[in-house]
Amino acid sequence: MKDNPRVMSRITQPARGLVHRFAYVGLVFAAFGLMMLGKVDAVLMERMRTVVTDSVAPILDTLSRPIEEASRFIYKVESLWGMYEDNQALRADNQRLIQWQAVARHLEAENTALRELLNYQPGPSPSYISARVIADTGGAFAHSLLLNAGSQQHVSKGQAVVTGAGLVGRIAGVGKRSSRILLITDLNSRIPVIVEPGRYRAILAGDNTDRPKLIHTTPGATLKPGDLVVTSGQGGAFPVGIVIGVVSDMSENGAAVTPFNARDRLEVVRVVDFGLKGILRSEPIDERPVAAPVKNVTEGAPLGGETSSAVSVEEAGAAPRPTVEP
Amino acid sequence: MKPTLGQRIDVITRNSLPVLFTILLIVINVLPLHIPGFARIVPVLPLIAVYHWSVYRPELMPPLAVFVIGVLYDILSGTPLGVNALVFLAVSGVVRFQQRFFVGRSFFVVWLGFAIVALGSGILSWVLVSVLSETLVEPKALAFQFILNFGFFPVLAWLFLRWQHLYLQSE
Repeated sequence: MKDNPRVMSRITQPARGLVHRFAYVGLVFAAFGLMMLGKVDAVLMERMRTVVTDSVAPILDTLSRPIEEASRFIYKVESLWGMYEDNQALRADNQRLIQWQAVARHLEAENTALRELLNYQPGPSPSYISARVIADTGGAFAHSLLLNAGSQQHVSKGQAVVTGAGLVGRIAGVGKRSSRILLITDLNSRIPVIVEPGRYRAILAGDNTDRPKLIHTTPGATLKPGDLVVTSGQGGAFPVGIVIGVVSDMSENGAAVTPFNARDRLEVVRVVDFGLKGILRSEPIDERPVAAPVKNVTEGAPLGGETSSAVSVEEAGAAPRPTVEP
Repeated sequence: MKPTLGQRIDVITRNSLPVLFTILLIVINVLPLHIPGFARIVPVLPLIAVYHWSVYRPELMPPLAVFVIGVLYDILSGTPLGVNALVFLAVSGVVRFQQRFFVGRSFFVVWLGFAIVALGSGILSWVLVSVLSETLVEPKALAFQFILNFGFFPVLAWLFLRWQHLYLQSE
């Protein structure tokens, strides 16, 4: 009886090793299988992702808050440091912007008048869903963020994500209470754009660097550094004229664009609910163009669009109608 | 002497903590830190954990757990599903295969071993992602990520070693 365990172990030890090895090989195959499946059935994979991210979202939401506070505090301390210089720069900016404001007012009035003359129908105006960035999923391969809003908050796939500064990316996956943004810098991001002032069409293609490239540019287009890049709205997924960034340098294989949004500064973003709501709302009341920030953002006027703060745009976007009458 | 139920539960909890903590590391890994440029080169913390436990206490980091950790990391970090599952499995497999080499070695040798493993895993994941996305992915961020992995290893490993001495002494 006594050497029974030893005998047993002499039999089970190699068997167990074999089982382990089989399990290991099986798991390696499973990993390959997942990759293949991801290639074949992207929708299924996305669903799997959202189930998991949905369940992790509350944890991420809680954990990301103190970090956000801390980074805000650091930012405050940092800005105390250069307060004098900042003040000087802001005063100078203010001087310049007051002039621009006058120009903008004039143009807006002119625009309104011309639109009335033409009986122009403005596109449906979008509404916004604000959400917090709860995860910057990091890594060298994927440029995506997680938001703490999902289908419960009427976020849906394909919607554009913006801040006051411009386009961030688009919604690539939606769970109940979380969603994933594919940043414009991601390898898989392709966005139809227009390059101002020539209004050349192009596709903004992410390549996992901080500066996406312009591809399929209109033949004969002459781009130069500093040209503004805005969404063209082609394909119907995006509103027209959301500012993205400026052309920063030119090389043989296309122009690189520096986005206005820096990934690491994103804390709260807005999801543009452009689709169904816009269609439902485009009833007779919608004929008048809206004053101020919303239009600036959606039509990509290089002036107000970038400077308007998130809150003001948010409010104007949520209830633009009652205050329209000029 | 047969262990009591309480003791058994105690042992099971202690032994499952490395895996659970690695899963927590995945979550920590994706928190937005708001440091300029950091997101792209953030070190792969679960890789460090998988390597460490595979070297010192492989029985606490079984292949199935490694696989689950990899898939979770893929899901949260947005890499194509299966890539990091395979990379982490490869890491744990290589370490197990070289188990004898690591026995009784100094910390620096283990660290050096990690450097090699991290380099290999970086290259493997680069190849896999490039193949899956059908383009050559920009490798520069990956190089920086490797350096950060290398630099972060002693921090986490020190923590794990302390932990081992305190709580995982009894087999």
